[in-house]
Amino acid sequence: MTQQDFRSDLAKAKNLGSAGHGSGHWLAQRITAVVLIPLIVWIIYSIISMLGADYEQFTAWLSQPINAVLMILFVIASFYHAVLGSQVIIEDYISNEGFRVSKIIAQKLFFTAAGIACVFSILKIALA
Amino acid sequence: MSTDSGDQKHISQRPLSPHLQVYKLPLAALISIGHRATGFALTCGTLLLLWLLIAAATGPAPYNTFMAFATSPLGQFMLFGWTLSLYFHLTNGVRHLFGDMGYLLKIKSAHQSGCLILIATFLLTAGTWYCALYI
Repeated sequence: MTQQDFRSDLAKAKNLGSAGHGSGHWLAQRITAVVLIPLIVWIIYSIISMLGADYEQFTAWLSQPINAVLMILFVIASFYHAVLGSQVIIEDYISNEGFRVSKIIAQKLFFTAAGIACVFSILKIALA
Repeated sequence: MSTDSGDQKHISQRPLSPHLQVYKLPLAALISIGHRATGFALTCGTLLLLWLLIAAATGPAPYNTFMAFATSPLGQFMLFGWTLSLYFHLTNGVRHLFGDMGYLLKIKSAHQSGCLILIATFLLTAGTWYCALYI
């Protein structure tokens, strides 16, 4: 017995499912997760080796291209991963649609601004 | 009449749906909630990184203010919470990736891998703080 398919031809061609955005969110969460595994190993090692560093030592460390680039990658990957995760938390727990959508937009704008502030700060130190 | 009483008896024998207050959550459920809680904590923790980078880009005085906070008892407590949350979220995140591939989903393997990530979280956190404080 075959199951009846109620989807329109357009819906099938778009292949975005009932939520309307396909598996993009899910996939982005996984890709950033895998990318973050080696970056976390690097940042934990860096924090331990830089403990007690004064201003000159820290800025000299962050000025090295390898550290500046890895720090920028860590900021982008972790902030993006955090935005995706907190979006799901908001979607699950806030039932009022207007408040929910506003909160998702607000947190995305905040993390975009925070990410740009981090990247700008890293570049300012590295290129000083 | 007899059908009514029969229905009543039938209803009374049905199992109750699990009320959260009296229902002992299995380990896998607690870890699932913990993954979300630590994810939220880590999201808040990114603000510390934001503070550090902006302070370092601004100058020595703001950088020293950050370092004074990071080495204060509250700062150390937050950093300890950050490492604990990070290792829990990291190891359970890897467990999630195995779940996405279809492994560790049976009750027994889900429970065993859950115990494993709790042990790994403890060891990694303890090891990190040992390195930070004594090496």
